[in-house]
Amino acid sequence: MDILFLVAQQTMYFSIPLLIVALGGVFTERGGVTNIALEGMMIMGAFTSILFINKMGGVMSGQLLLLVAILIAVLTGILFSLFHAYASINMKADQIISGTALNMFAPAFAIYVARMIQANGVQQITFANTFRITKVPVLGDIPVIGGMFFRNAYITTYLGLLILIASVIVIYKTRFGLRLRACGEHPHAADSVGINVYKMRYIGVMISGALAGLGGLVFVVPTSTQFNATVSGYGFLALAVMIFGQWKPKRVLFAAFFFGLMKTIASAYSVIPILSTMGIPSDVFKMVPFIATLIVLAFTSKASQAPRAAGQPYDKGSR
Amino acid sequence: MKPYTIKDRANTLLRSTAFSHGSASVIAILSGLLFGFIILLISNPSQAFDGFIIIMKGGFSTGAKGIGQVLYFATPLILTGLSVGFAFKTGLFNIGAAGQFVMGSFTAIFIGVRWTFLPAPWHWIVALIGAAAVGGLWALIPGLLKAFFNVHEVISTIMMNYIGMYLANLLVKLTVYDSLKNLSMNTAETATLPKGGLDNIFYNIRGGSGTIDLSTVNSGIYIAIGIAILMYIVLNKTTFGYELKACGFNQNASRYAGINEKRSVVLSMVIAGALAGLGGGLLYLSGANGRHLKVIDVLAMEGFNGIPVALLGLSNPIGIIFSAIFISYITQGGNYLQSMDFVTEVIDIIIACIIYFSAFALIIRGIIAKILKSRKSEEGDL
Repeated sequence: MDILFLVAQQTMYFSIPLLIVALGGVFTERGGVTNIALEGMMIMGAFTSILFINKMGGVMSGQLLLLVAILIAVLTGILFSLFHAYASINMKADQIISGTALNMFAPAFAIYVARMIQANGVQQITFANTFRITKVPVLGDIPVIGGMFFRNAYITTYLGLLILIASVIVIYKTRFGLRLRACGEHPHAADSVGINVYKMRYIGVMISGALAGLGGLVFVVPTSTQFNATVSGYGFLALAVMIFGQWKPKRVLFAAFFFGLMKTIASAYSVIPILSTMGIPSDVFKMVPFIATLIVLAFTSKASQAPRAAGQPYDKGSR
Repeated sequence: MKPYTIKDRANTLLRSTAFSHGSASVIAILSGLLFGFIILLISNPSQAFDGFIIIMKGGFSTGAKGIGQVLYFATPLILTGLSVGFAFKTGLFNIGAAGQFVMGSFTAIFIGVRWTFLPAPWHWIVALIGAAAVGGLWALIPGLLKAFFNVHEVISTIMMNYIGMYLANLLVKLTVYDSLKNLSMNTAETATLPKGGLDNIFYNIRGGSGTIDLSTVNSGIYIAIGIAILMYIVLNKTTFGYELKACGFNQNASRYAGINEKRSVVLSMVIAGALAGLGGGLLYLSGANGRHLKVIDVLAMEGFNGIPVALLGLSNPIGIIFSAIFISYITQGGNYLQSMDFVTEVIDIIIACIIYFSAFALIIRGIIAKILKSRKSEEGDL
């Protein structure tokens, strides 16, 4: 039973950041801008917020510190995403190239700044984890479910689920969501009825930046005690989750849990009795999430429901 | 009719597409360097100027050996640049050069260490062929997924990067591991690429002892340049290259014209992968003094730097030779930055900025064209 609880808790740690970042991907692609810089945005968000926790750990602690860090991660993500928005919307740049540039920039920048400001030029930023909620009052006492979801939890887990609900409502039930989707499917039609395509796309990219920045923090906090300028390819996995989830928030949730479970197996295999006795090298387990992604993509991409105008710069003059 | 003057000739040159494309690359490089200078200025104002000079001096900081090192590290970049550039020309975005590169590297090292039954020239030749073959195989999977399952190559090659990195780590540990240094073993003497006369040019004489401090550059640079010329011929002078490029422009039109577009996509990916894999072989078959494969969970930088190399070289194989040397040059400059209070990662920041600004190429070209056009209308009768 303890192992079941552990696996469930670990799966949450890995799934929630995937869910948050993949939802960010949904917003930007629904608006018509491909954003492969999610990885870089995660790194930037994690970098500034973990640095903040590192510096302010003595002054504040617990949930208040985490909440301020969340705010910082979100703002960093938005700020960094503006570069991608400017390149892909105003400059009509190749969105993959712009995204690649940002993905290369983020880790280099994080290492550079960390080594310049920390003593002895250390690039890892350590932090004290004072954010774990050992047991949620009342809910934590529910048999089985309490142990799986309401013990050793973080507020970010519940925040992630709130974001999911908000995303469903915003994309499907609001005027903004409808307009955003129109810009991703047929921007000329949207423009012809008076929607500002550029503005909508900017907002889509900025939401993705906010969520990716947050996702970076949410990924690092439960799984580590230091930040080393990497989120281990999580931004790219989130892209795969988005495609597997067919750009639909509710399906993205299931996709995120599937990949979260794969990642849990990769990182916690040594405590799962069946897997640890097989004597398989750790590198094999590290490959599992990526191999699973490829296989899943092969079976789901035939009938792709990608937004039709995703990845194409919008040019008012073209037909 | 007026006679054809030098001024006319200059105007024709200014209006040629190669010029406007090339100047877009130069603007991207200058913007990237400017941004790097600003970063240096913010982080350490007193040494910023000297630091920037060191970057600009690049390999020249350490004399003939330094230039040799620039060429040595340019060798794999030419190949990964060709890999990305070739894929660009055929309408594919190969972000997977890192994975193909590392798999090729492992293969070359494995053959170099284990297949000692092969005699001297054949040993490194077989190792290089093996590297190219495995690199191609590594790109075959995304190629097939793209052609038959509609999986976008960007996402599948990224996944293959991570799988390749972990697999190469695992295989090195299982077969050719030097556990003391956490590196791959030295390859056999017979598997080391010959120096090809370059050892007579690129060396420094150590002060005091008077011993020779030799650069690791070897005939790999000849092979890289030869392959670049070969790719230029394939892309521009053969039917095969034309078909691949046609598929990149318009798959439906190509199918209508009787080209097997699925076969073209798969072949393009395999060739791109083989180029990146060969780059790995050329870098690591450089003897005991050369590079060794590290067992760390970090994607091969040579693979990603293929992207700026291809972009700056406008995906033209000949242009790629020069852009690879440029990227290698400033990377070497960055290594010398450690002598001051700077961190070498500023070079990665500069390279990232160069990529970012080269994404603006379309707009920059448009602006250049507009300026030239307005000049033309002023001159009237031209």
